[in-house]
Amino acid sequence: MIELVRTENLHKRFGELEVLKGIDLSVSEGETVVLLGSSGSGKSTLLRCINFMETPSSGRVFIRGEAVGTERAGKLTYNQADLCQLRTKVGMVFQHFNLFPHMTVLQNVMEGQLTVLKRSRKEAGEKSLAQLDRVGLADKAGEYPSRLSGGQKQRVAIARALAMDPRVMLFDEVTSALDPELVGEVLKTMRQLALEGMTMICVTHELGFAYHVANRVLFLNDGAIHEEGNPQQVLRNPQTQRMREFLEGHSLFKLPD
Amino acid sequence: MEWDFTAAFSNIDLLLLGLLNTLKVTGLALCLGIPLGLVLALTRLTHLRPLSLLAAFIIEFFRTTPPLVQLFWFFFAFPILFDINMTAFTAAIVTFSIQSSAFFAEIFRSGIQSIDHGQWEGAKAIGMTRQQSLKRVILPQAVKRMIPAFMERSIELLKTTTLVSTIAYTDLMYQANDLAQKTFRPLEVYSVVALIYFMLIFSVSQLSILIERRLARSGEGTVH
Amino acid sequence: MDYNWDFATIIQNWRVFWTGLQGTLLMFSVTVALGMSGGFIVGVMRYLKSPLIAWPARAFVEFFRNVPVLVQIVWFYYAFPILTGIETSPFLAAVLGISLNTMAFSAEIYRAGIQSIDAGQWEAGKAIGMSFQQTLRRIIMPVALKRVLPALTNRGIEVFKMSTLASVVAYVETLNQAKLIADLNYNPIESYTAVALIFFVVLFPVVQATYALERVLKRGDR
Repeated sequence: MIELVRTENLHKRFGELEVLKGIDLSVSEGETVVLLGSSGSGKSTLLRCINFMETPSSGRVFIRGEAVGTERAGKLTYNQADLCQLRTKVGMVFQHFNLFPHMTVLQNVMEGQLTVLKRSRKEAGEKSLAQLDRVGLADKAGEYPSRLSGGQKQRVAIARALAMDPRVMLFDEVTSALDPELVGEVLKTMRQLALEGMTMICVTHELGFAYHVANRVLFLNDGAIHEEGNPQQVLRNPQTQRMREFLEGHSLFKLPD
Repeated sequence: MEWDFTAAFSNIDLLLLGLLNTLKVTGLALCLGIPLGLVLALTRLTHLRPLSLLAAFIIEFFRTTPPLVQLFWFFFAFPILFDINMTAFTAAIVTFSIQSSAFFAEIFRSGIQSIDHGQWEGAKAIGMTRQQSLKRVILPQAVKRMIPAFMERSIELLKTTTLVSTIAYTDLMYQANDLAQKTFRPLEVYSVVALIYFMLIFSVSQLSILIERRLARSGEGTVH
Repeated sequence: MDYNWDFATIIQNWRVFWTGLQGTLLMFSVTVALGMSGGFIVGVMRYLKSPLIAWPARAFVEFFRNVPVLVQIVWFYYAFPILTGIETSPFLAAVLGISLNTMAFSAEIYRAGIQSIDAGQWEAGKAIGMSFQQTLRRIIMPVALKRVLPALTNRGIEVFKMSTLASVVAYVETLNQAKLIADLNYNPIESYTAVALIFFVVLFPVVQATYALERVLKRGDR
């Protein structure tokens, strides 16, 4: 199995506050990993350190075995162009979609392909339509994001990330801002992606999704990995007190019979 | 006292010539001031502290000193200081371009800052550089919100150009002074000129209100 | 640029500048007081439903906002006396021009402030039996005035800068004095730089205070 993402002793500090306290994570190709944890546990920050939306304070990130950043005199430096390149390989979807409101759905999906990957208009257009079809929104290509529902917006955001041909996809609480009845369509799209073999790291509160789709669940607590394992084991049979409390606190949590 | 508009109306061509020059100064200062304002705003927003402070100083200096003082400085002091020739026209263009650029810079800045941070993140996540994000994602949205403030500033600029009459550039105000003296009919001449300015500026400001309303209807916010 | 700056002459002539600055301050105080209090009345008139009151107020605002101040000052200096037979001194002409312009601008600020108050506030006032005036004075105005404070301060800064326009009709203020010194001593560079610096030094702290005020109000309001 090819290791796609690895972090070594990853630390992130915001001023005095240490949010990540040495995370070692390894994700193999085709795996779906779900990060759980209460707010402030550092799960979103971990995700954002993998594609360098946040720069780690120390520790290293490897994408397909290649170390990100160059070491000079014991200090890691990150080149802007390298990071941009990296982000095309590591797609990200946000809680608040962050679609570009002044562009149509199709233009949103084409944008990165044109400006970053320098694909031709024709190629980018075809690829975009294919990805929109994949998330079931090919018929909305000409619409502006403001005319879409939250669930549709999020699926467009997924298509926009997929269009860059990423090796890994990061999902940062992508259903948290949605009305309950719209959550399902987004989770369905994500599940389909997982089945197609996409490598995914997801921060989510949807325990059902973790249970059914994830290969592995990580429970973060206070900036460290507190418990990890396959979802059936971790969710049904938590080993630590903290994890048990977290699961009990989740009123939404209903195990299938 | 009797109103007698003959003097004003028979010399209307002189006034129109002045009006043309007024528009020329305004237009040219806008063409130079807006790009200069964008440069100032971007410099102000860089993370390089010394550069950002320098831009802030330039912006604040030109916003806090009276335009008439600036105009005198560029017309009387600047040419001696740098040993160059400066016509009233050049001095006016230089002054009003820089002066309005300081105001435009603040409009650009508040426009850019009004865009939700998620837009930067969305662009960053698909691998765009800061420049690409700014050009393709942030500015197109920000500029739309800035249009009303831009128009308001342009109107202010149009009014400010009357100052060039004090350094003897033949704008509408200068022509009015000239004509009032020559014809001994200051009441009629100045009243007509006031009316010309009013009609011009009033229509531009009505237009800007119209545009603002249209933007509001399309769900776009605006910044001031 | 091998010019030898000589600020000694400027410093020797500080009294001349001081007279000018006093003129500037007088012009500013009078115009800002007249403009902003008059503007308040026009602003409230502009808000009223009755067209007989609202329309003249609107015409006033549109006219004096859309005619350049310099044109107004010159008109009051040269044209107004002919029309009325009342001689206008440079001071009076400048005060009239700048005050009327400031009235028009601040009227719009007050109106926007009143309009920004939620309609529910009017209803709440009405519901406890308050009259229009009572509601305006006791409920709407305190909040509205707080909200418009930054805009009014900005206008005040503009009025301060506008006072230089009075030099055009030879009113004795800072720029006028700088011109005098420049002509007498052939030192336009130092004179005009000095007057620019004077304005910057006076207004820069005010501008910074406005920013601070805006931040405080933004935090406290809404």
